[in-house]
Amino acid sequence: MNILTFVVNVLSIGIPFSVALLLASTGEMFNQRAGVFNLGCEGIMSMGAFLAFMPAHLLQNTSLAPYANLIGIAAAIAIGALFGLLFALVTVTFRAPQGIAGIGLHMFGWGVAGTLFRYFVGGVTGVPGLKNLPIPLLSRIPIIGPLLFNLNGLAYAAFILVPASWYILFKTPWGLKVRAVGTYPRAADTMGVNVSRTRYQALVAGGMLAGLAGAYLSLGQAKMFADDIVAGRGFIAVALVYFGRWNPYLILGGSLLFSVAQSFQLAIQVLGIRFPYEFAVMLPYVLVIVVLALTPGSVTRGPAELGKPFDREKRV
Amino acid sequence: MKSTYRALYIFAISLAAALAAILLGAVVLEILGKDPLAVYKVILTEPLKDLFGLTEISVRMVPLILVALGIAISFRSGILNIGAEGQIQMGVIAAAAAAIYLPPLPKIVILPLVLVAGALAGAIWASIAGWLKAKLNVSELLSTVMLNYIAAQLYGFLLRGPMIDPAELQVGSGTPQSVRLPKAAWIDRIIPGMRLHYGFVIAIVLAILVYVFLWRTKWGYALRAAGAGPKAARYGGIKVETCLIAAMALAGAFAGLAGAIEVTGLHRRAIEGISSGYGFSGIVVALFGGLHPAGIVPSAFFFGLLLIGADMTQRIMSVPANMVLVLQGAVILSIIAAKMLIADQYLFERFARMLEKRGRKAAGGKTKAGAGKAGAAKVDRRREQP
Amino acid sequence: MNNEPIHSLAVEGITKRFPGILACDSISLDVGEHEILAIVGENGAGKTTLMNILMGLYQPDEGKILINGREVHFRTPVDAYATGIGMVHQHFMLVPNLTVAENVLLGMREFQKFLWQDMEGVRKRIREISERYNLPVQPDAYIWQLSVGEQQRVELVKTLCLGARFLILDEPTSALTPQETDDLIALLKRMSSDLSIIFISHKLAEVTALSDRIAILRQGKVVYRGTTSGQSVSNLASLMTGHEVVLPCNECTGGSGETILEIRNLKVRSDRGFFALDGLSLSLQKGEILGLAGVSGNGQRELADALAGLRKVESGSILFRKKELANKSPRSIIEAGIGYIPEDRNEEGIVPPFNVRDNLILKDFRSKHFCKGPFFRFDETRQNAEELQKRFDIRCASLNVAAGSLSGGNIQKVILARELARKPEVLIAVYPTRGLDMGAEEFIHERLLELRSQGTAILLISEELDELLNLSDRIAVIFKGKILATMPTRETSKKKLGLLMAGISGEGAA
Repeated sequence: MNILTFVVNVLSIGIPFSVALLLASTGEMFNQRAGVFNLGCEGIMSMGAFLAFMPAHLLQNTSLAPYANLIGIAAAIAIGALFGLLFALVTVTFRAPQGIAGIGLHMFGWGVAGTLFRYFVGGVTGVPGLKNLPIPLLSRIPIIGPLLFNLNGLAYAAFILVPASWYILFKTPWGLKVRAVGTYPRAADTMGVNVSRTRYQALVAGGMLAGLAGAYLSLGQAKMFADDIVAGRGFIAVALVYFGRWNPYLILGGSLLFSVAQSFQLAIQVLGIRFPYEFAVMLPYVLVIVVLALTPGSVTRGPAELGKPFDREKRV
Repeated sequence: MKSTYRALYIFAISLAAALAAILLGAVVLEILGKDPLAVYKVILTEPLKDLFGLTEISVRMVPLILVALGIAISFRSGILNIGAEGQIQMGVIAAAAAAIYLPPLPKIVILPLVLVAGALAGAIWASIAGWLKAKLNVSELLSTVMLNYIAAQLYGFLLRGPMIDPAELQVGSGTPQSVRLPKAAWIDRIIPGMRLHYGFVIAIVLAILVYVFLWRTKWGYALRAAGAGPKAARYGGIKVETCLIAAMALAGAFAGLAGAIEVTGLHRRAIEGISSGYGFSGIVVALFGGLHPAGIVPSAFFFGLLLIGADMTQRIMSVPANMVLVLQGAVILSIIAAKMLIADQYLFERFARMLEKRGRKAAGGKTKAGAGKAGAAKVDRRREQP
Repeated sequence: MNNEPIHSLAVEGITKRFPGILACDSISLDVGEHEILAIVGENGAGKTTLMNILMGLYQPDEGKILINGREVHFRTPVDAYATGIGMVHQHFMLVPNLTVAENVLLGMREFQKFLWQDMEGVRKRIREISERYNLPVQPDAYIWQLSVGEQQRVELVKTLCLGARFLILDEPTSALTPQETDDLIALLKRMSSDLSIIFISHKLAEVTALSDRIAILRQGKVVYRGTTSGQSVSNLASLMTGHEVVLPCNECTGGSGETILEIRNLKVRSDRGFFALDGLSLSLQKGEILGLAGVSGNGQRELADALAGLRKVESGSILFRKKELANKSPRSIIEAGIGYIPEDRNEEGIVPPFNVRDNLILKDFRSKHFCKGPFFRFDETRQNAEELQKRFDIRCASLNVAAGSLSGGNIQKVILARELARKPEVLIAVYPTRGLDMGAEEFIHERLLELRSQGTAILLISEELDELLNLSDRIAVIFKGKILATMPTRETSKKKLGLLMAGISGEGAA
């Protein structure tokens, strides 16, 4: 096997792997830009993955089967929005500490998905999932074509989302408000920006993207559902936001780096180089810690008020 | 007058929070098509009906108390340990290894060594996150979560590889588990025929020691100061970074000890899934117990009850035991929200003024205030320690 | 936007409660067109709260706001701006990582489209305003790149861009040098031909120089309303405080001559990485108060941190009794006998959730006096707290209440009690009376002078020139991390200090 085919192999697994991370961390980026740290991302992804899986599973042999994936994706987005709303209620309205609230939301979402799955489905069953949609002409370009232009719809959407969210964040009034309430909410407040509403909106948007990330996991990647399908990707997504300095392009880079590292270890195993697979599975988690340790701590361009609740009538 | 309002206010918010948590769980049960009241009744009463149920609750209380004590120390010192799950597994591995590989020694020597090995392993594992936080400002929430996943893989690797019971490979089904620990390393059971062991006594004694440590010694003072006012602590000559690492190591030691006690007192060999979510449940127990040992013990009883009750509902009403996670998550969300509302002076004064106005309008408001007192007094006690 | 001119603005019977405080107690005021009304009062008199109500940031518990005689309700600042009222807050309300234009855009609905923003429109508006009032600003500069004076200008431009014809300025001079202050006052006078202005201050000299009419608030109530002309500063001062306050004064001059603390060529970096202290030298004598004057942000914070052992000293030395203290741990500096009153009393001075008793032993909790082995002697800590409570007149419901729930003055007394009880040989006091009422200020000044007479050397870092002139034996001026001059207090004046604080030294100042 030559180097080129090896690289292509690694990338052909790695690029699709990056989509779930990319969607979730872009959502988390909006949360954090608005000043809220949502560790519940993992739990929202569990719920999204489950709800996206269910219609595909139930409608498999009915006349509605062609629409199952769409219904599932819509349900995943809806539950993401709902969980975002719940998290906003707890952390924005009640001003509860965000780290612990995130753990609570994670346990809640993970628990609900697991309970419903075990009750209604029981064991592991596959679903057809999302089909790849090769883009005419472009997908025929050698090497690049199959890598970049033969993906499923959610993956294309995720990559288009990168420039889109950059534009939203830096070039629209809503993005301006999000950045202002995450950095100096009191100033935004005196300018008539409704801090709570903006944070609610950001959390709902972030929740939707996390739900979508979950849908990608069950429909686009694994094509099945299991209790621990998310396996820490939600937490990794949160870490990627730090790594990506709250910037969509850097977050894209981080997602690719992580998933390529993961597919690299898979590819090595395929080559027959033997080492305990547990250490291979560990790799991304170790990588997160290393990356966090090496990321400089200063936040001059990031959201300075990250993690702090805002209380207008608090005296300063 | 004001203290009556205060008590009423705390009571009203605690009640609302409890209802919110119960409701969140009920929504899920309704989706399953189960009667929430019936399910709650089974969870809350069925385990209490016989000695077996009670001892099983106590068995669950041991790791819950230990993990929660560690988490209380870490939270009070300003570092949030989410990594107890992994620390427990490290404790199990170290304790099992010590019991298996140490030369045969009398119980009085080997058992303490085994327990210390477990605690030490948990402490070292947790210190990684503490050190990363103190020196490189890495969020402990993320690093401990990542260390959980890493620990799980390490644990699986050791059980499937180097530490697997040779008998499993030769004649068994290849179940990933260690050999049985030598009897000298066992913690004895208290009641014949029941699984309750003397680890329970260790947990209660440690709860008292943690209280003494945190509130009666200079070390506890330094840790709490580092958590409650890091800037002032620094000006006061306390090395906050050292406190963070120490608090994390202590939290890890408690989790590791919990693992060591589970393996020596209950399973007597290292098996898969031994931590069974105690790391996360411990967070709920600690928060529900007000991060205070006097609250943690009853709170561990309550969540032990939930765990056993959920197992029973799975058998009796076929509600998956994952339901416990749902309830725990809901409890965390509602407790922290309620805590903030209770601490909100502004809201309280509005509440008091509202009551005052109503009291002036209708003179018959007195009996109502009296009714709230009994429940509120209970909540008040938990708030005594700031 | 409503372009109806504002002929008059009035508030009637405004009441606002905060937990434990009646911030505004039935306040009534009015301002006419092209008028400058000064609202003066001590810290905590309710000035800022009243203005935040006028801006729709707080909702009043009672009372109403009238414009041109009609009642209006402001639910958010947008409502206030729409009517033509704008406010420049004491702490600048500018988002540091946004540009000037983006900050302005944040409040301008007409340039916010659904999927894009009309930045060109905003820039045009900014240029119009800055030309009309002669306030030069660069629309595309980031706020964090600007100096304090420039940010002040941006605040004014921003408020005017939003259509304010009625301007509220909350302590606009508090971060400015005396010269910048004069410029601002001249500017506001020019602007008053176009606008109505409410000017909030507790600096009476500025008030008499600028305003047409004056209102004095004390403890949430209006105690005086009238024209400015004919009122003397001392007359206003006694109205403001409610009684004749004669702050204690340092009568004698000069220390013992024995140097106890010597700082040589100190270099310390700021959080942003540049040298905030760039070769600073200073010496402190036994039994003297050395005042350190300067506009905040010139290295005071870093000097205080370095002296407390909380910031790395890159080079130079801090000699205490000839022993090196630079880069020693905070604990060894405390044990050497250096006391410290930190700048941020709520976060750095006390552990807010700890009770008063525990806060009083923050620096001594390890000592044999309070501990037996690792265990606390509770009787000793209680006794200690009771004694100090009496000696320092700490007013709290019980020694078991959280220190964070006390008033600013009482928190400062807790800190003072803890520091003075240790009988320090050197005391570093950073802005010790900032934000306190005059009663507490008087108490703290007395204690500092008492301590000085007992032979303690005190480094007093302050931006209040009156405080420095009253208390110090000598005054040093810090500018950009260096000491520009050190002189005996009797050889200096406000004017001289003002010039030095602006960085003008040597012959020009003489």
